[in-house]
Amino acid sequence: MPTYLDFERPLVELEEKIAELTSFSQEKGLDLSEEIAKLRQRAEELKREIFTHLTPWQKVQLARHPDRPTTLDYIRLLCEEFTELHGDRLYGDDPAVVGGIAWFAGRPVMVLGHQKGKDTRENMRRNFGMPHPEGFRKALRLMLQAEKFGRPVITFIDTPGAYCGIGAEERGQSVAIAQNLARMSFLRVPIIVVVIGEGGSGGALALAVGDRILMQEHAIFSVISPEGCASILWKDASRAKEAAEALKLTAQDLLALGLIDEVVPEPLGGAHRNREGAAEYLRGAILRHLEELEGIPPDELCRQRYAKYRRVGPTFYRGEREECDA
Amino acid sequence: MWVKCPQCGEILYHKDIAKNLKVCQKCNYHFRLTAQERLQFTLDEGSFKEFDRDLVANNPLAFPGYEEKLAAAREATGLMEAIVTGEGTIGGYPVVIGVLDSRFIMGSMGAAVGEKLARAAEAALAQRLPLLVFVASGGARMQEGVVSLMQMAKTAAALEALSQARVPYISVLTDPTTGGVAASFGMLGDVILAEPGALIGFTGPRVIEQTIRQKLPEGFQRAEFLLERGMLDMVVHRKQMRSVLVRLLRWYKS
Repeated sequence: MPTYLDFERPLVELEEKIAELTSFSQEKGLDLSEEIAKLRQRAEELKREIFTHLTPWQKVQLARHPDRPTTLDYIRLLCEEFTELHGDRLYGDDPAVVGGIAWFAGRPVMVLGHQKGKDTRENMRRNFGMPHPEGFRKALRLMLQAEKFGRPVITFIDTPGAYCGIGAEERGQSVAIAQNLARMSFLRVPIIVVVIGEGGSGGALALAVGDRILMQEHAIFSVISPEGCASILWKDASRAKEAAEALKLTAQDLLALGLIDEVVPEPLGGAHRNREGAAEYLRGAILRHLEELEGIPPDELCRQRYAKYRRVGPTFYRGEREECDA
Repeated sequence: MWVKCPQCGEILYHKDIAKNLKVCQKCNYHFRLTAQERLQFTLDEGSFKEFDRDLVANNPLAFPGYEEKLAAAREATGLMEAIVTGEGTIGGYPVVIGVLDSRFIMGSMGAAVGEKLARAAEAALAQRLPLLVFVASGGARMQEGVVSLMQMAKTAAALEALSQARVPYISVLTDPTTGGVAASFGMLGDVILAEPGALIGFTGPRVIEQTIRQKLPEGFQRAEFLLERGMLDMVVHRKQMRSVLVRLLRWYKS
């Protein structure tokens, strides 16, 4: 059962009408091509109207859309010979994070990311893409292996956040995240990060330290969920819409703030309406950045990555208006 | 003048607790300290030289109400930001030190806190002096959005550089240490100490209870619990803190 968001409804109704009319004309042998073409054109216009004027809250909904392609979808669409590797060698295998070896555009790479489920059953198993410490440690194990064998790393970000539960705390959720941040900041191979859905806080960041941070057009990245922010600020989670605006969590806002490197377009109507098209845009962007990074010697790569994070967040001395050097 | 101990309910005279390093004489409850008090209790008298006192950030997201919140925090604490950094000596051993103050927007980390901490780490590296950080923070500062989230990566990178240069880093987790601060510089110490009873974790207990819809066990996410789970090296009473630090500095000094 496909899911439709409120603001998609007029479009969905129109698309249903087109499908109805098409099958009716085939059944009855009637030529309705003119009417159908008109409706198709109207649908295109409507799509453009809706998807080029999305509010931050609508983007949040799209980023969480249950039909939105996941990490494994993109790995399959973008890579050949993906072989999933499992486990953190310490405690368990977290299905909320997937990763493994693969070939991308003719070269061996390590790919990994958060993994949401496609339905309730899979979401239960994958914990809605919210990792336990084991997930972060598996990711780190694979990245250190990528470093050992000189393979670039591509990570896909799509999580509401690190899981908040007793076991996660007992096994060191904050230790696991902190260690990923530290090790990734000096990993001696290129890291390309692609936010494909929800970039939820520390649990997202733990796989998102890299040389290039790309975001899909309708992806989001935030320090806290809009609902969480609203309930802290106004003691009212239903004001999430306002919080979504205040948090500047859209790809477009984050690019303007200089916090990410590129917004990767999605086909009109969003990645969930055309996953192959979305993957093609991603392939182009990832390949271009990878080619830029591949020739850089490891020491220089680390130096540039350090400088990139060192610059984040302008600060200045009180009384001065201009920013001081980081 | 009279303070009620939040743990045992004893009514305490403020001068008596001050003399006792702000620890309850009856139940050993460790009151939260201001950054100024922490520096005074930790460093050799007169040895502190502050770094970047006036370093501040702007309101990068133009977040509604943030500037008023900052102004109120500055007024209430006499600090410009939630961290004080600098250098000083402990038992004669020179260190670079950072101290967070939970009164300042819950010790949260925005661009200024991240920048001051990264600069402290870089100063420690340049002089090859041990870095000592007293943590007291609820996590990333929501009002700075992803700018604050990225400070986790910034501080972790600065500490990794320090680690690769084999300069020691000691973190002391005090009440509270949670969220993006626990999950970055808090948990990256070569040695991690904690004060008794300090709340330490990634997610705060209220949010966990709401998520899993059950009561958390007694002592969950307290310093002693983390020690038992292997997440820290030692739980140190405030009265012993200086002597433990001196012993560590003697062994680890680079």
